[in-house]
Amino acid sequence: MNDGIQLLDPTAETASVRRERRPPPPSLEGLTLGLLDIGKARGNTFLDQIEAHFAGRGLAVKRYAKPTNTRTAPADLAQTIAEEVDVVVDALSD
Amino acid sequence: MTGAGTQFVVVAKRDCPTCDLVQPVLREIAASGAPLTVYTQDDPAFPPGLEPVDDRSLEHSWRLGIETVPTLIRVEDGAEAERTVGWDRAEWTRVTGLDPLGAALPDFQPGCGSKSVDPGMPEILEVAFGKPPMRARVIDVHAPEDEHELCFSRGWSDGLPVVPPTPVRVLRMLGGTTRDAQEVVGAIPPNNASCTVEKVAINAVMAGCKPEYMPVVLAVVEAALVPEFAMHGLLCTTYFSGPMVVVNGPVARRIGMNSGVNALGQGNRANASIGRALQLVIRNVGGGVPGGIDRATLGWPGKYTLCFAEDESDPDWQPLSVERGIAPGASAVTLFGAGGLSPNMDEGSRTPESLARSLAMTLDSVGHPKMVGNIDAFIVLSPEHWAIFKEGGWDRARIRAELMAATVRPGAELVRGAGGVDAGVRPELVEDSMPKFREGGLNIVRAGGEAGLMSAIIGGWVASGPRGTTPVTREIRT
Repeated sequence: MNDGIQLLDPTAETASVRRERRPPPPSLEGLTLGLLDIGKARGNTFLDQIEAHFAGRGLAVKRYAKPTNTRTAPADLAQTIAEEVDVVVDALSD
Repeated sequence: MTGAGTQFVVVAKRDCPTCDLVQPVLREIAASGAPLTVYTQDDPAFPPGLEPVDDRSLEHSWRLGIETVPTLIRVEDGAEAERTVGWDRAEWTRVTGLDPLGAALPDFQPGCGSKSVDPGMPEILEVAFGKPPMRARVIDVHAPEDEHELCFSRGWSDGLPVVPPTPVRVLRMLGGTTRDAQEVVGAIPPNNASCTVEKVAINAVMAGCKPEYMPVVLAVVEAALVPEFAMHGLLCTTYFSGPMVVVNGPVARRIGMNSGVNALGQGNRANASIGRALQLVIRNVGGGVPGGIDRATLGWPGKYTLCFAEDESDPDWQPLSVERGIAPGASAVTLFGAGGLSPNMDEGSRTPESLARSLAMTLDSVGHPKMVGNIDAFIVLSPEHWAIFKEGGWDRARIRAELMAATVRPGAELVRGAGGVDAGVRPELVEDSMPKFREGGLNIVRAGGEAGLMSAIIGGWVASGPRGTTPVTREIRT
């Protein structure tokens, strides 16, 4: 039995705060859509289908790709997407 | 000599024969009229008749910086003027200004160690009475809660017991490095949480490290954060892989690492705890938890810890660290994203040519026998296998070159459907020959017991190379 032991917290002490998702746009009309290929095999096949679907509705689409699926998106890519599009779809195809 | 503002302080303990010896001297000082305060470290009644102050907590001894008892201090107007330790009549006479003093005593007798500097005490006293450099959040454990169980229930453990990170243990661990406790080592994936030297020390305590391992642990953590190592991806992947640590240079012997019998197995504290410390930093500081961001389908036992030293006993063998650009004689760590071990037990080869072809057979199966170009490997070459190469005049570079050549595979064996296996490379590559390993993807390290014609192949991650992980080497500093 111990009597008042103290321990030092080994964690980052950053209790995660759940961030609220942004509400989806009421309509896609007039918005620019971004499609992000995360770099896994055949992700482009899936995104090609999505692009055709959106293009068929007359929506503007821009394509992006991460250099590799093994790392998070470089900051400049994330910032570029944020600058250029209103909505982004990223695809995982395994 | 003594004025109105003069007083004397003596720190003593009954267990010290010299303190016992100077009892009559202390009474002579008290009789001189100057105020005398005697702090006693063990028996609050010692020395009798001098109204000693109980210092069994050692707070006064610690604040006065006592290393030897007895210590005599002359205080002038509230500030220390002089001190002497042990019994030396000339010194005591000079410090007190009293002459004669201790006439019946021998001229000199050395003192004893102060209880405040017993092994382990300085850190206990600094935590109790000082300003230790730790800033981490303090978690109170109230009896009868078990501190080991608390570490499990808070999710701080890899599944095995950890050493509870008390402030005293963490302070001792910080004593193993010259670096400031609040220096930031880097951002630990996956949460990219800022990690200080202190946080590394806390996790090193939990992993079971000794303070002298700290420079190695810090180098390991820093190496894991080099972008080329892709620690984030290694952690997230469904593949088996986790970091493997190879230690080179004199530090390995200084801290007692194992490069010999059972080097990849259990039983050596430094090997086991250094590798584990990295995993605990990733888990606790980075937030990388299996089932969370760690999506390994199966994982492997190397994810608890995988750390060993290279056998550098043969001067004919170029150490891994030297091959990778570290100066000979310097200590370094090399990290590799390791995803499993395949044995190669070849007791029949007697020539380097045969042994190279033999090792190539095991190397071919790394990841999958039809997988080429995207997975690295380490060969852990045992002494008896190395002896065959050495006798044939092959060095590290030659062994690698021959193995690279021996692992070039004909496309016909690798294409989809070959051997009745659907997996494989694209059919149009059927006429090609393909190297199993990318340039720089095959590494060799020496370790193991003297007996045994067997070596280990440690496969890498299926995302090896610039698009994923590459081995990283970092010099160990302080």
